[in-house]
Amino acid sequence: MTTSPLLDATSVAKNYGAVAALRNASLSVLPGEVHALMGANGAGKSTLVKILTGAIKADAGRILIRGQQLDVRSPAAARRAGLLPVYQEPSLIPDLDVLSNLRLTGTPVEPFRAWVRELGIPDLDIRETARHIPLAILRVLDLARALAVEPDVLLLDEMTAALPANLAEKVLEVVRRQGDAGRSVIFISHRFVEISALCDRATVLRDGATVGVVDIEPGVEERIVEMMLGTRIEKTRIAARAPNEVAVAAGGRPRLSVRNLQLGTKLNDVSFDLANGEVVGVFALEGQGQDELFAALAGSIRPTGGTIDVDGAPVKFSHPSDAIQAGIAYVPGDRTEALAMQRSVRENIALPFSAGLRKWGPIRMRREQVVVSGAIGRLQIDTRAQGEVQRLSGGNQQKVTIARWIAANARTILCFDPTRGIDVGTKQEIYKLLRELAGQGKSVLFYTSEMEEVQRVCDRVIVIFGGRVVDTFPVEEADEPALMRAAYGLPRGAKADVGILAEVRPASDAEAAS
Amino acid sequence: MTDIATMPRPVSFGRRLKRFMADRPLIPLIILLIVLVVILQILRPGIVNERWLANTAKFAIPLAILAGCQTMTMLTGGIDLSVGTVATMSAFIMATQIVNQDPTVAFLLAMLPAVLIGLVNGIGVGVFRVHPLIMTLGTSLIGTGFLQVYQRTVIASGAKIPDFLNWLGTGVTYGFPNALLLFVPVAVLIVLMLNRTGFGRLLYAVGDNERAARLSGVRYWQVITALYILSSLLAGITGLLYIGLIKAPSLSLAEPLVLPSVAAAVIGGTSIFGGRGGYTGTIIGALILTVLTTLLTILQMPEGGRRILFGFIVLFVTAAYLRIIEDR
Repeated sequence: MTTSPLLDATSVAKNYGAVAALRNASLSVLPGEVHALMGANGAGKSTLVKILTGAIKADAGRILIRGQQLDVRSPAAARRAGLLPVYQEPSLIPDLDVLSNLRLTGTPVEPFRAWVRELGIPDLDIRETARHIPLAILRVLDLARALAVEPDVLLLDEMTAALPANLAEKVLEVVRRQGDAGRSVIFISHRFVEISALCDRATVLRDGATVGVVDIEPGVEERIVEMMLGTRIEKTRIAARAPNEVAVAAGGRPRLSVRNLQLGTKLNDVSFDLANGEVVGVFALEGQGQDELFAALAGSIRPTGGTIDVDGAPVKFSHPSDAIQAGIAYVPGDRTEALAMQRSVRENIALPFSAGLRKWGPIRMRREQVVVSGAIGRLQIDTRAQGEVQRLSGGNQQKVTIARWIAANARTILCFDPTRGIDVGTKQEIYKLLRELAGQGKSVLFYTSEMEEVQRVCDRVIVIFGGRVVDTFPVEEADEPALMRAAYGLPRGAKADVGILAEVRPASDAEAAS
Repeated sequence: MTDIATMPRPVSFGRRLKRFMADRPLIPLIILLIVLVVILQILRPGIVNERWLANTAKFAIPLAILAGCQTMTMLTGGIDLSVGTVATMSAFIMATQIVNQDPTVAFLLAMLPAVLIGLVNGIGVGVFRVHPLIMTLGTSLIGTGFLQVYQRTVIASGAKIPDFLNWLGTGVTYGFPNALLLFVPVAVLIVLMLNRTGFGRLLYAVGDNERAARLSGVRYWQVITALYILSSLLAGITGLLYIGLIKAPSLSLAEPLVLPSVAAAVIGGTSIFGGRGGYTGTIIGALILTVLTTLLTILQMPEGGRRILFGFIVLFVTAAYLRIIEDR
């Protein structure tokens, strides 16, 4: 095309200390275009968006708006230049009513109302306090507020996430018409269905650099997945496992059996089994419902529908202690959520022992010492600073969270991203431990966002997208392209020459999953 | 086994000293207590004798038990401001009921409001998540109100202090105050409970990280309800001891002890944010406050000046102590 771009960012880079969040990102948006920005977790999408909207400052690079170099040093400056973002988190101030929120940002009220009606909310009371408005509506109001000031470039971050189908449809329609009206939209999404229905072109980021700009046409999703994966496309070999790490061939009924699990709009019809002696991986992009799945299995939140069976008997957990009673232990990804930081390693590991009302009496110190040091030895926790857990390194803290359940002899462990932010050596030890647990007939459900870990640790992998199970693979077939494709909601066997819209279930159905 | 013991590395003396203090937070407190006693002895030579020691212990003990209530609740990130009212209620009810009732019945009647207030506090904090400060302040006001109503119904019967409580509160045997017979077992039980029982562990765990405790299967409301009932019971018993010491039942008998009991726990190194502290420090904190009061009394200052000085010293001691023991 010959028209000059409305927004042209080239060679943008941003470092956080020694870590390069963006190395060489470029993004060029034409007038009247809906442009998709894509990339796996950590590819640098959100950093680029923050730079474009003035939330952070780039270390290098050039940003032109309508051919003029602009120094976007604050969100207000970006706004003046005609660049307006709608983030995933609602941005209305909760304790003000909608009208006050509009005044705060100088948004004209009548156009806002018109857009709200346009977006499918006919009866909004703008005197309503934002806190009392449901999340889905708040997101739409954010969009309407942005549309009301008629920005040249609208930046939408996962706009349809958490929206019910009817609202999502309206939103997509409005976004499409923005393009027709000569304004541009940058559309960030994990959903190929939306992208292919909506966007003209896509820019793909990988490891902080732009690796390609493609026109959206049938079959392009394969190319996009390839670009996101880069050179890692070749089949990775699964390392042979030591005999004691091989899963016990489990006969009989499954240890944990989840059927049609439903949790608001976050989880939809999730079904899977976890056998004794098995490590099942859960792979998903951020925020696809995995947090809710684990919380429901751990008894932290109550599902709105579906059943959970443990050893063939149905269970209803109303508190984590119910799950623990059933032998299901949850290791959260965030260590600060699991540890009493000012207490000793010993007390942290022994904490579940005292939980029940009947165990409030005197502690048998010697027996506890034996059990705790057994678990410490098994995980090789460095106990030089055992007086307070907060003095331990991150890796050792993570080990303590797992050691607690080794000591309690839990039969099933739900590990949510246990290797986040810890050193390579400790990661290896945790992989080995999980395999050993499976070797002893225990079962592990293991969420990870790193594809490599799936192959190292799991026997099977469940891929979740938009609150639904997209696919279940045996680990032999879980190579990176297959995982990545599934993580973006593309089922196995979708061929490159088949357009997505023809292949995937109807769009409205997919939107309902959000 | 501490870091110093296993990893000999060159560290400055000041830093080593700080580490040492951080690992043994009682030592600076004991030093402070001794310094205060020495100052007292210098200002008024000969005052520190057997009688003075017994007297100090007598007045420190009720404060120390109430401070135990604060220590336990503060470990969970709470506070119990109703201890003053509870102690007053049980003392007042005891003194008035003993006139016509069997001692056992009078005792049970005296402990009844303690259990009730503790239960209400526990359910309010543990189930309905009312902030402990507000919850216990509220029940304290309600309790005082009930006590005023109660007072009118017994105005004719009069009050007397049971001989046993008299003996326990003021009596001295072989130079030791009899109150120690109550205090030593109570103190030992609290210390053992905090360190050697499942319930004690849970108090620390809940105060340090409630979410982590929940994920480990702990039911918050159970722990909190049991805790506030226990705290109230202790306060009730303190009331009985205190009426034996003061010998004048009134509607604000133990009220002046409430804020000092919080101060004693804080000086003793218990964090009001929960998860950190212990009862031995609190006992020394109560002793420090008692000695400090004597010290300020013999200075022969006007009451106002004494209070101002008392407040400043408490603030200074707490701030300095936290600087010493917190190893960050």
